[in-house]
Amino acid sequence: MDFLRPASWEEALAAKAEHPAAVPIAGGTDVMVEINFDHRRPEHLMDLNRIGDLEEWEVGEDSVRLGASVPYSRIMEHLRTELPGLALAAHTVASPQIRNRGGVGGNLGTSSPAGDAHPALLAAGAEVEAESVRGSRRIPIDAFYTGVKRNALAPDELIRAVHIEKAGGPQQYSKVGTRNAMVIAVCAFGLALHPETRTVRTGIGSAAPTPVRARTAEEFLEAALEEGGFWDNGKIITPSLAGRFADLCAAACSPIDDVRGTAGYRRHAVGVMARRTLTWTWESYRGARRTTEGAA
Amino acid sequence: MRIDFTVNGRPQEADDVWEGESLLYVLRERLGLPGSKNACEQGECGSCTVRLDGVPVCACLVAAGQVQGRDVVTVEGLADFARQRSGGSPEVTGTGSRTGEGGALAPIQQAFLDAGAVQCGFCTPGLLVAADEMLERNPDPTDADIREALSGNLCRCTGYEKIMDAVRLAAARQSEEG
Ligand SMILES: Cc1cc2nc3c(=O)[nH]c(=O)nc-3n(C[C@H](O)[C@H](O)[C@H](O)COP(=O)(O)OP(=O)(O)OC[C@H]3O[C@@H](n4cnc5c(N)ncnc54)[C@H](O)[C@@H]3O)c2cc1C
Ligand code: FES
Ligand code: FES
Repeated sequence: MDFLRPASWEEALAAKAEHPAAVPIAGGTDVMVEINFDHRRPEHLMDLNRIGDLEEWEVGEDSVRLGASVPYSRIMEHLRTELPGLALAAHTVASPQIRNRGGVGGNLGTSSPAGDAHPALLAAGAEVEAESVRGSRRIPIDAFYTGVKRNALAPDELIRAVHIEKAGGPQQYSKVGTRNAMVIAVCAFGLALHPETRTVRTGIGSAAPTPVRARTAEEFLEAALEEGGFWDNGKIITPSLAGRFADLCAAACSPIDDVRGTAGYRRHAVGVMARRTLTWTWESYRGARRTTEGAA
Repeated sequence: MRIDFTVNGRPQEADDVWEGESLLYVLRERLGLPGSKNACEQGECGSCTVRLDGVPVCACLVAAGQVQGRDVVTVEGLADFARQRSGGSPEVTGTGSRTGEGGALAPIQQAFLDAGAVQCGFCTPGLLVAADEMLERNPDPTDADIREALSGNLCRCTGYEKIMDAVRLAAARQSEEG
């Protein structure tokens, strides 16, 4: 095995072009488990820790450019306002020690259907900035996950950053597991309200071969909110509307039975989380509306 | 490969390190610092917790090559580290990076002893490093803060109550002194 230590992004791209099978290692919280257990013996390990830029973020007008290696603990601490869904999801990852090392670039690199960043990214709206010596491109998050632990990256590409839309409305993240810390999700659900475009986006984890959005549910809810004038009148979402939304979210899943839970349980739990997160986010939207109206 | 880094304030070098090796292996097997425990090698138990450039991490999940030029504090150096933090000078009697031996204990170590928070002791080094770092950041933690900070450290013996007592005790003593 060879240990590559590129000192800059350009060096990293050159190394990846020369050794497309090289395994990048950022926080190492996925890679080292595989190496410790002999599940992986790459010819080249490529350390990304020397590339300081990867641990930085920039808050722009409409989006946040999040360096691939920004640890979860930083996201929780510094980006709660701009990226509330992702910050909540980050807080559910493993333990403080893991959150101090692991980040979104590694979560995307692994592309596990159980990765906690994914539902939050799908709900917020995001693009993955991938680069190789051939050039840079932005992969929409909806096109990033291509199969179980597979993604749209080419062998010579690295993730430089993720561009995530700044929250224009309330976001929530919910995860089912056997306890609060250190659990891989049995299933998870992210929801973001986008009042400025009057749209709603969802993300579901661990309930299909890849992280997915519940598009039919989103369309149903958008139409219902529009029709009822909900965005303007700030009325309470009726139980029947929330129930229908929950059913459609559950229907968007194609879960499996495994040691963590049965398919039936997962589908049910996704419905419950969809209903709850809709209630939480909508109540928060109504609260914010009242405050702004009260001030006007 | 060869790795140069700082452990408990002293420069260290490890030779013939295998490229896939973890920091934990280097500490225990190459540098003779067995304080950080190896229980799961998959980030689940926290018994290998050390500070890497000040940040608590699982040493079993850091590749040895990633610590080149960086600064590591293990439980062996905790007493010294705590002493320096409170303005004292480092103990000179220790050998190599094994500064803890024979010297005074860090306040968090003393609190674990006084509160009876150690049974078999396997989880203790990781808990000490994690708890010490939390008290550095958050001198007046709530019980929820303590639970959260220690949520990555498993103990199979104590049931955690005495560990909670120990951390509360260390926090109380710290605020009395401060
Ligand atoms: C005990 C434990 C508990 C965990 N719990 C959770 C959990 O609750 N939720 C969760 O989502 N995850 C969990 N994980 C998994 C892991 O922590 C996350 O997937 C984390 O986001 C990985 O980030 P990393 O930087 O450590 O990745 P690494 O291990 O460094 O890399 C992961 C993968 O991504 C690739 N990669 C890394 N950076 C890049 C880049 N810039 N460009 C291209 N490829 C890249 C690597 O080659 C590798 O294939 C857990 C892991 C452990 C050990
Ligand atoms: S040995 Fe590292 S976390 Fe268990
Ligand atoms: S004292 Fe035995 S594992 Fe904690």
